[in-house]
Amino acid sequence: MAVGWLAAILNSCGCRPDPMSTLLSVLPPEFIGFLDALALGAGYNAALVGIGAALLGGSAGAAGTFLFLRKRTLVSDAIAHATLPGVGLAFMIMVAFGGSGRSLVGLLIGSALSAGLGLLAVTAITRRTRLAEDTAIGAVLSVFFGFGIVLLTVIQVMDRGRQAGLEGFLLGSTAGMLFADALLIAAGGALCALLILLFRRPLTIVCFDPGYAEATGISVTRMDAVMLGLVLAITVIGLKLVGLILIVALLVIPPVTARFWSERTGTVALLAGVFGALAGYVGSAISASAPNLPTGPIIVLVGVGLFVLSLLVAPRRGVLASAVAHRRFQHKVHLRQGLLALAHGEPIHDRLTLRVLARAGYLRADRQPTEAGRAEAARALLDENRWRIARQLHPQEAVTGRYDGLTGIAEVLTADEIASLDRHLGPKAAGA
Amino acid sequence: MGAEFVQLSLTPLLIGVLAAIACALPGNFLILRRQALVGDAISHVVLPGIIIAFLVTGSLETWPMLLGAAGAALVSVVMIELIRRLGRIEPGAAMGVVFTGLFAAGVLLLEQSNTSRVHLDVEHALYGNLESLIWLSAESWNSLLDPVALADLPPELTRMAIVAGLIVVLTVIFWRPLKLSTFDEGYAAAIGLPVGLIGLGLVMAAALAAVAAFDAVGSIIVIAMFICPPAAARLMTDSLVRQIGWSVAFAAFSAVIGYVLAGYGPILLGYDNAVSAAGMIATVAGVVLLVACLFGPRRARIGMSKAIGS
Amino acid sequence: MTSPSLELVASDTSGQPASQTPATALALSEMTVSYGGKPAVFSVEARIPEGAMAAIIGPNGAGKSTLLKATLGIIPRLSGRVEVFGVPLARARHRIAYVPQRASVDWDFPTTVEDVVLMGLSRELGLLGFVRSRHRQFAAACLDRVGMADFASRQIGQLSGGQQQRVFLARALAQRADLYLLDEPFAGVDAATERAIVDVLKSLKDEGRTVVCVHHDLATVTDYFDHCLMINLRKIAEGPVATTFSEANLQATYGGRLAGGHLEQLRLPA
Repeated sequence: MAVGWLAAILNSCGCRPDPMSTLLSVLPPEFIGFLDALALGAGYNAALVGIGAALLGGSAGAAGTFLFLRKRTLVSDAIAHATLPGVGLAFMIMVAFGGSGRSLVGLLIGSALSAGLGLLAVTAITRRTRLAEDTAIGAVLSVFFGFGIVLLTVIQVMDRGRQAGLEGFLLGSTAGMLFADALLIAAGGALCALLILLFRRPLTIVCFDPGYAEATGISVTRMDAVMLGLVLAITVIGLKLVGLILIVALLVIPPVTARFWSERTGTVALLAGVFGALAGYVGSAISASAPNLPTGPIIVLVGVGLFVLSLLVAPRRGVLASAVAHRRFQHKVHLRQGLLALAHGEPIHDRLTLRVLARAGYLRADRQPTEAGRAEAARALLDENRWRIARQLHPQEAVTGRYDGLTGIAEVLTADEIASLDRHLGPKAAGA
Repeated sequence: MGAEFVQLSLTPLLIGVLAAIACALPGNFLILRRQALVGDAISHVVLPGIIIAFLVTGSLETWPMLLGAAGAALVSVVMIELIRRLGRIEPGAAMGVVFTGLFAAGVLLLEQSNTSRVHLDVEHALYGNLESLIWLSAESWNSLLDPVALADLPPELTRMAIVAGLIVVLTVIFWRPLKLSTFDEGYAAAIGLPVGLIGLGLVMAAALAAVAAFDAVGSIIVIAMFICPPAAARLMTDSLVRQIGWSVAFAAFSAVIGYVLAGYGPILLGYDNAVSAAGMIATVAGVVLLVACLFGPRRARIGMSKAIGS
Repeated sequence: MTSPSLELVASDTSGQPASQTPATALALSEMTVSYGGKPAVFSVEARIPEGAMAAIIGPNGAGKSTLLKATLGIIPRLSGRVEVFGVPLARARHRIAYVPQRASVDWDFPTTVEDVVLMGLSRELGLLGFVRSRHRQFAAACLDRVGMADFASRQIGQLSGGQQQRVFLARALAQRADLYLLDEPFAGVDAATERAIVDVLKSLKDEGRTVVCVHHDLATVTDYFDHCLMINLRKIAEGPVATTFSEANLQATYGGRLAGGHLEQLRLPA
């Protein structure tokens, strides 16, 4: 199954179809395993985990986008860490009532309750005291987590505690996951994705402009509750898969990654969902392909890979693009300043200005302007004078508001408009 | 309070108290700078730092580990700052990306490197083993004067004492620039203080505290002590000096009471096994903060003085 | 637009003020600052004479505060040079006192009024110098000068907006600087505070010190200041208020944002 699927991909990429078999024979077995897992051929549970991880990653990415845009990303960290005491208490209660304490549903309900309590604590501390939200988050996450650890050490010495495997909730563990558990994760992920789809419009409006949202009858408080509720649900569902320490990554990294590619809320949320789903799916496939590749960290690292790539190469917001843009802008500023200084006959001291002018061929080695330099300087001065007149004559015009010292006036005014400016400039236009 | 106390409880108590104080001191400035979660981020990235140090040097010596952890803290701080500036991402999100990413890398390296034969594991990193840092050769209080017995003190105690001392000294020396640049960064820059360097220095001091404490008590105490005692102290007073005094007191109180509760609490309740001291210390710190939130004399924000931008 | 003296300053790199021109307290040349890939201040030059009481004026978003912050190196500049009393900024920081905008700090910070004023003595106290009673007395004198002597031990969050502004001014006074740079000192303060601040600034001027304020209230320019720098992204005009604060320059600076009636109330110099 995987082989046919791979052939299809390679074909569509324009690769030669023939050497498929040779290719597969030289690939390491882990890679074949990875391809198998990608194609959902690594076993029923693994396939379900893969689908669940993709759904969870997608939901987390989209829900995380709203947190990110509300600048409350790390609230999710408090929520995640606050699940631990709930897991412990749920286990103890289930055992006290004679169960084995290993029912995933029971543990998840417990974790949701204590995470909810943690969330309320963050809100109460921020509202009722002078402490800022980041302090409240840090306090809640460390205290709840610490108390959770206390409970875990209690459970470890209980009769049934030794095999409880609750440590798996710290870093996630898909090894030995029951079919029912995998189904629960997949169904939960699908439900979250559906809810986000339903609420995407009001959530987007609230993120973009809370004031406007209130005015149009969308309750910001209620939408915040929906957002945090979704985050809580995703956290709880993801506990078994990636663990409570790393679930935050699924909520944070995809939105930040997506932000590099778009300026529009809807698109960012959609892209974050895609990146999250991709990380979840590919990550769980890699993890299933070999031992010693824990699911949670691998999913997170695939997400980090996408992030680093976006950080570097995204158009406009990416590091490379903005470095180029900044340099270009700086040179433009220095060129203009240098030309105006030349036009005014002022000496230039700034080294970068000198270098930029020389490179453009406007300055000789002895710092005297070349012919071209003189002409360009006169042009810059004329442009500057035209702008001055334009801004005096038409201060209210939108186009004159576009003056930034760099834009040429010919870019915003027609030739005849410029000609009329020149009439105001009069004969002193050349001087100044 | 005899020989048994000196042998089994004195050193863990001291280490816990010193670790709590070393973390609480820089924590005061971190929360005032709205950087409370830097402590959280640092304590997460210590794990990959230690593992990389182990993989590179192949040894479990203390100093390579501490260097690795400090290096990871520095790298993470630089990465957060880079992502924040280059990608124009808000600090919380930048932090979230960096510390979860590095922590994931740490866990993966741990699984891959088969370090299970050595005592490096995630649980240890999270809650340390304060209870095991006992002073075996002590026989009574007199051992405190016995050079032979003193030579056998757990190295964690010496290390923690040096780091706590260093942080106290640094706080005193740089008190004025720290306070000034925390309160009014623009003014500090205008009178020529290197505000960027001061900010980095503070974070590195926090990292130093985190790394030293991490080894002995795990990362839960580190995060809890960075934030809870200073936050509770913040609700007690309007003077920075007094706030720091309160935070040190709260930190020491949490460490002592937490340790005692972890050791003796379960026995009083009829169980015969102690619970995690690190977890209990964090829990007590949380209770202290809760009480301060409910009854602290300066718990409310003053008038209109909400923080406006920066 | 270019005065001949500017060339002298620009070509004079030895730091010695030319004898035939009045001494310059603050000389800016080619200051360009950008926010997010667009210039906020473009190639601004200025020459504030020693002993002046100067206003930087311009519409909202014209880059006034940005220019001041870039002058002090608080935000990076894309190009430009700053000279203070004829030497580069780095060698003259001890002669400058800065009063930031009130909103730029967290007034919930755990510190008292006296503490804030003592921050003005940072340079003198160094890292470990003890605050002695003469320092406290001096701080008290500075507070007295702004009418806040009775508030020394208050937590700063308990002050009114005007009182907070006075504390910031007292801190600047404690520096005993020669050049005072103030960012919107009259923004959001009550009339009594405005009067008190103006009196202090005028007394500074009388002592021969130089004062530069970012200022937004055109109605008070002629009353308070004797020198003005008008900017709107670029420098529009600079010089004595008597000759520079003219209708033409105001129109050029503010564009259509000034209504005709408004101009008449300004009591422009003839």
